[in-house]
Parts: sequence; C-alpha cells; structure tokens
Amino acid sequence: MSSEAKIIKLLRDHSLALPRGRVYVIEDRCKGCGLCIEFCPKKVLHQSERFNAKGYHPPELIEEPPLKVCIACKFCEMICPDFAIFVEEVSAEEVGGMEEGAECTNGGG
Amino acid sequence: MIANSHDLEHPMDKYLRTDRLPHVWCPGCGIGTVLSCYLHAVDNLGLDKDKLVMVSGIGCTGRAAGYVDMDSFHTTHGRAIPFAIGLKAMKPELNVTVFSGDGDLFAIGGNHIIHAARRNADINVICINNYNYGMTGGQLAPTTPETAYTTTSPYGNIEPPFNLVGLMAVSGAVYVARWTSIHVRRLTKSIEEALEKRGFCFIEVLAPCPTAFGRRNEMRDPVESLKYFKEQAIVKNFVNPLEATIEPNKKFYVGKFVDLEEEMTFEDRLWLMTSEEFLKAPSKKRKEMILGVRRHVKEHMEVLLHTPEPTEEGGKGEGV
Repeated sequence: MSSEAKIIKLLRDHSLALPRGRVYVIEDRCKGCGLCIEFCPKKVLHQSERFNAKGYHPPELIEEPPLKVCIACKFCEMICPDFAIFVEEVSAEEVGGMEEGAECTNGGG
Repeated sequence: MIANSHDLEHPMDKYLRTDRLPHVWCPGCGIGTVLSCYLHAVDNLGLDKDKLVMVSGIGCTGRAAGYVDMDSFHTTHGRAIPFAIGLKAMKPELNVTVFSGDGDLFAIGGNHIIHAARRNADINVICINNYNYGMTGGQLAPTTPETAYTTTSPYGNIEPPFNLVGLMAVSGAVYVARWTSIHVRRLTKSIEEALEKRGFCFIEVLAPCPTAFGRRNEMRDPVESLKYFKEQAIVKNFVNPLEATIEPNKKFYVGKFVDLEEEMTFEDRLWLMTSEEFLKAPSKKRKEMILGVRRHVKEHMEVLLHTPEPTEEGGKGEGV
C-alpha cells in the first residue's frame, strides 16, 4: 500500500476532513504557460483542447482522477503569473466523497 | 457552473486594475508570479491599500506599477529609489515598495540603491533578477552569469556578475533575502516580513525569462527554468551573503541572509534634523543624537564577520 493510500485510509477510518478546493479558471487571461499543471502537488489539471480568445490552451480538470483531488493548497493561484486561476476552499460535504472531491469551473469555454 | 469567465473574480482583483489585464509579460514570465506573491502578502497582512505605494522603474518589471490598484509611480530609468526615498521622507505614514528589475536597480540605478542601503532608507525593494535586459531584447546585464549567452555576448559572457545580496548586505541593508519564483510561499512570507519591518529591506527574486534569456540558454520552457531553480536552490537561512554567488549549473543559496533589529532610519534622522529639540541643542548633544548612524554600520559589520550558524529551513517536502 502506498503511503498516500495509507493516509487516505487513516483519514477514512477516523473520518478526518481533508481540505477540498474548487478550481476556477478565468480562461481569457490564461497564456498557457503550464506552471499550474506542472507544479500541482495532486496533478489534478491538464491542458485542454480548447482555445481561448488569445489562442492559448487553458488548463482544465482531469476527468476521473483516482486519488487526484484538489486539496485547496492554492499553489496554482500563487504561481499563476496571469491571475487566471484561483481556488475556493469548500467543505467536503459540498463536493461529495473523496474520489469526486475536485470540481472545476471553467468560465466561458 | 458560471456561464461567463468575465463574471469570475480572482481574489487578487481588488488590488489590480483589471481593465489592463491580461498584462504584457510573456507566457511563463516570473514577474507575474512575484506580483501575485506581493499582493498575497498584502492581503495576508490586511494592509490598507491607500497606505501602500509601489514605485517602479523602466523595464519589464517596471510595468508592474501600472497594474496595481494602489498609488504607484512609474519613474524614469534607474531612478525608482530616489522617487521612493523622497516619497517616504515627506509622507512617513506610507508603506513604500520599490518593485523593479535587476537592470533598472543595479545597472543604471546602481549608485542609488547602494546609497539608499547605506542611509538605511525606510523602503522595501523587491528586485526581480531575470539575468538580462529582457524588454530591449536580451542584452548582457550586470547580473548575467558567466558563460551565459545573450544577444550581446554571442560567445558567452566573459564577466563575473554582481552578487546582489552580498552587495546589499555590505552596503547596510537591515533585511536581505533571496528567493526564486518557484518558492512562492516563502517569498510571500519574506515580503510580509519586509512590509512590516522598518529600514531598508531588500529581496532578490530569481525569475525565469523564457523569451529573451531562456531561449539562448537551453531554458526555453518556463517549466524547465522553474525545475532548474527547484533543483539548484539550497534553502538555508543566515548563510554569509558574500558566499552566496550564482554560478552557472551550480547550486546556489536562497533564504534570508540578514535580519537586523530595528535601526534608526534615514527618515528618522531627517525628521530629527528638523526638530526643535535638535536645532536648539548644543553641538555636542547634536553629535550624540546622530550617532545612530555609526551604531548601524558597526553592528552590521559584526553580523557579517560573525554570522550565526546557518539554519536549515523547513522539512524535506516540496521545498517551496
């Protein structure tokens, strides 16, 4: 069992709440540099196929992430040079179980 | 779901002139990240934005003053520090931050910054070091590492670069730190400390310049540059700043180098000079009143000569 899975198990047993986040992307500000995708500790993002108004590919949430839930660390929010991504901390009940913990709202599209 | 991205409001939008966004900086440029860290630091401290001033010079980083929704100066080339000192001298209640690049602060404005540090002017300086003159097309700067390629050093740089933190520490800055744009949390904490501290605070931030510098030095991708920073940076506090040089493909120190206690600042002495008590005092008393200057320099040298043991910072983790 990987250490990450152990932690998940412990969290389940003791019903501890892990912080959860909901990711928002302001697509028209994105310049597609990929820093949020690369440095996300949970790797919840990937580059989308869509184009924004400037012709870049904004990030979007990976579908069906097994352990990949946004834990609201807000690293993407801080590292984004374009003020294009931010995270809202939400309660676990609001976003459902562990597996479907992350949610992404893409504006426009 | 929110239907339109224009309806979304970024948490930092309250400090930004959003009508000017997206900004001019290239994709992956570190300046935006550092501006984001500065705004997060302001937000964490809950400072009143009417009491904050951002002063910047010319260059890519100089554009930052145009994007913040607070009082800001976009000054002539290299003269951000004199503007900031004048502002702070007349309006001591303001929290003045100089946000500029290495070319502006250390090439054309080199003299101003060392004298501001010597006087211990009560301003914060955030210097974004991207190793070259980015806006004018990637020319050789005083901070370009040896052997690096730029448009004006096509066979590799033959000059040694400035060690900015060492220079600032010996000049008399009371707070000296260096971070890179991947160390966002520690950088934010450092900016918070500088904003709350009196005296001359200097923070150097190494930032990738994928378009002008990275392209010629095998770091075309901003992600690659940041990974390089993450691998090469050793996070340690109170290393002797004179040893913290940056050499190509070698590890370098990041962290807090100097953090001295509250000192008499330039503005304090300036206001002291105009006080009635000072003007009426006999000349011997006046000398005593000014002696804060000497204490400042002496303590400084002591710190540099007998630096405390370097301390490891944080756990293993991500190191950011």
